[in-house]
Amino acid sequence: MLTGITVNAACALVGCFLILRKMSMMGDALSHAVLPGLVVAFVLTGSRSMVPMFVGAVIAGLLTTFMTQTLHQYLRVPSDASMGIVFTAMFAVGVVLVKQFTEGLHFDIGCVYEGALEYVPFGERVAGLPRQLFTSLVVLLLNFAVLIMLWKELKLSAFDPALATTMGFSATKMHYLLMVLVSVTTVASFEAVGSILVVAMLIVPASTAHLLSDRLGWMVVLSVLIGAVAAVLGFWWATYWDTSISGMMTVAAGCLYAIAVLVSPRYGLISSVLRNIRMSLLVLRDDVLAMLYRIEELKSSKKFSIAETAAAVGGGWLASVSIFQLQRSGNIEQASGSLQLTDQGREAARRLVRSHRLWETYLVEQLGMPLDHVHEPAHRVEHYIDEQIQEQLAAELETSDQDPHGRQIPH
Amino acid sequence: MISLSLSDKVMIGTALLGGMSGVVGSFAVLRGRALVGDMLAHAALPGVCLAFLITGNRHLLGLSLGALASGLAAIAAVTVILRWTRTKEDAAIGIVLSTFFGAGVVLLSVVQKPSTGGNKAGLHAYLFGEPGGMLNSDVLLLAGVAVVVLAMVALFYKEFLVVCFDTDFAQSQGWPTLWLDLAMMAALAVVTIVGLPIVGVILMAAMIILPAATARFWTNRLSVMLLVSCGFGAAAGVLGTRLGRGYPAGAAIVLTASFLFLVSLLFAPQKGLVARLLVEYRLRRRIADEHLLRTLYELSEPQLPESPVIPLESVREYRHWNSLERVLERARDEELIEWGEEQVQLTPLGVHRAAQLTKAHRLWELYLMDYANIAPDHVDRDADDVEHMLPEALLVKLEEELAAEGRLPAVLAEVPESPHELSPET
Repeated sequence: MLTGITVNAACALVGCFLILRKMSMMGDALSHAVLPGLVVAFVLTGSRSMVPMFVGAVIAGLLTTFMTQTLHQYLRVPSDASMGIVFTAMFAVGVVLVKQFTEGLHFDIGCVYEGALEYVPFGERVAGLPRQLFTSLVVLLLNFAVLIMLWKELKLSAFDPALATTMGFSATKMHYLLMVLVSVTTVASFEAVGSILVVAMLIVPASTAHLLSDRLGWMVVLSVLIGAVAAVLGFWWATYWDTSISGMMTVAAGCLYAIAVLVSPRYGLISSVLRNIRMSLLVLRDDVLAMLYRIEELKSSKKFSIAETAAAVGGGWLASVSIFQLQRSGNIEQASGSLQLTDQGREAARRLVRSHRLWETYLVEQLGMPLDHVHEPAHRVEHYIDEQIQEQLAAELETSDQDPHGRQIPH
Repeated sequence: MISLSLSDKVMIGTALLGGMSGVVGSFAVLRGRALVGDMLAHAALPGVCLAFLITGNRHLLGLSLGALASGLAAIAAVTVILRWTRTKEDAAIGIVLSTFFGAGVVLLSVVQKPSTGGNKAGLHAYLFGEPGGMLNSDVLLLAGVAVVVLAMVALFYKEFLVVCFDTDFAQSQGWPTLWLDLAMMAALAVVTIVGLPIVGVILMAAMIILPAATARFWTNRLSVMLLVSCGFGAAAGVLGTRLGRGYPAGAAIVLTASFLFLVSLLFAPQKGLVARLLVEYRLRRRIADEHLLRTLYELSEPQLPESPVIPLESVREYRHWNSLERVLERARDEELIEWGEEQVQLTPLGVHRAAQLTKAHRLWELYLMDYANIAPDHVDRDADDVEHMLPEALLVKLEEELAAEGRLPAVLAEVPESPHELSPET
């Protein structure tokens, strides 16, 4: 489980920059493309020790990045297609190499896919720790160190590569550095968690954090936390149901993302639905007030019950809620079955109607719009015109006491 | 039922698959959806496992339906994420891909348990591909899918064409672009999923992208691209299984396809690397040639229309040359200059050609000074950049301006009067 946490944290750190640079699929690509590098390193050294594996992976990763860039920039292959071509070809080379050189040796392709977290505690040990844990810890520290040292540069090149380049540190170099980090992280995580989980941990926690935060610093911290939580949850679920740990961690991360989609305070579905409802209520309340004011103004004897009022402003349960809110806040009251404005409500309504009519006058007088076209825009804008704008409007208008329909503009 | 040997079956199957994925891949690559194939291939896994758990057997049809269902769910998930969240497309694809695949891995480990009585051999084919295990019915299924896909493309060719290249136009013409788009995606999904057990997850993604990207090097026309891409895909299938005996067949097929891609990248006419370098080399050579002529013209200018003998030294000092000797040789071969003994002289033909070039250069300088307000001491370099590309019609226009200023190069002779009476031929 510790290994899972460290791996996830390491991935989340670099993942943030991947998704900000819109290169998420590069994580997928690299995690597959390092395979030939690993195999070659393995064949050349005959061991599965850390250093040659890393070197092989970094070389393969850089090669992939370079070829993808070249195909895209100089040969005008669309960027996603060039990525797809390079990494699948590299992977195919890797598969063939595995078949060719490592037959009979312990090099399990299945493990590349699915990982084998289950076996971590039983493997060999380095410095008192299981090897995979040791490796991923080293990589975590490496990522962390690079991030701290080059924070400013990475940040700038993530958001504005052109500016970064003009300010003297090449965004391209940052790109390659990032790719090196991704390759190293991928390899470190490979054995423990498998390539697909690496992809998941690169992208999913970072995207989740992206939904929750607008600041890069918070985003990085959050993504690390989310990665860790996903690891713990995945581990529990997997032991509970006795299934693949790495698969469960991926699923856990996916669930966290889904939750963030729903409940993120600023970008979540629920919060945006709530925002919409609040907005609708505001507009409906204003409409009810303005309507009652106009009825008073016409000295009509017609009485409006709650249901009739609600129907007049468009109906629906939101309209009823808005009337209830107005009653509770003391803006309108119910007298003998019909709704009436209180003094407080009349004041608020007067401000609204003033906004509405000032805006109508402004549209006709200053913009020359025809009379029968100004009600709609004024109806939409009236909710946003505050005292200050009212004064500005009144100052600019020639006739600020009568609207173009001949009705009086209240003060 | 015709009895086929296994290798024949494999070859027909992979050829069919390559051809189909070439066709649907063309649309995917043109629509910028190359990686959707990758996503579909991964997202199929949970569907396959579920189908296996439910039906308890390994019929290709049942598993394919499961794969199709989860593939479509994945597409829907990506659409939802793109529509309602701030997550970008690449991240959305990555999230859905990895989450679905993770779920697939979980289900796979359930399948493997002895209590469910499964063995994962048949399912493992979905990860790594096992063309060797192809049955007659599988070939028939592939052929059936191929017929359906081809019929659909033939039927909706015009619509797909417009949606691929100008979605907004298609929409403004009142076509159901959403449905057409979905139809393309569905075709992609179906082909991906029938191909999975043959070449495996990663390599299926490659089969979608590679033939289409290869074909893109050969043509700019969609119809030709579809044919070429189909051909490349089929060829990769056949050659890959032929040459790749003893290696994992999926990898062999993809490597063959990559090889075809590489060859096209290098040698395709017009868009290939070699052709492009050649064009660039020719352009550089022409520019050097033209610079030589203009240099000689400007050095000779005080004594024109006599063509003076110019010491090579002053040509060398006049501007920077990369390989003056070779430029001189070429000019001599075209009889534009006389050259020898550290001296060089324009021939009459050379004077004529040089005058034209100098005219273009100065016309452009004038234009820059008058219309772009560039200082006279800055226009030389700017004119250098464009003079080689100026079209004839533009030159005529510029010439009219220049004539008004009395700065036409001296050698440009007026057209003499006709020596005979001009009359329309009867």
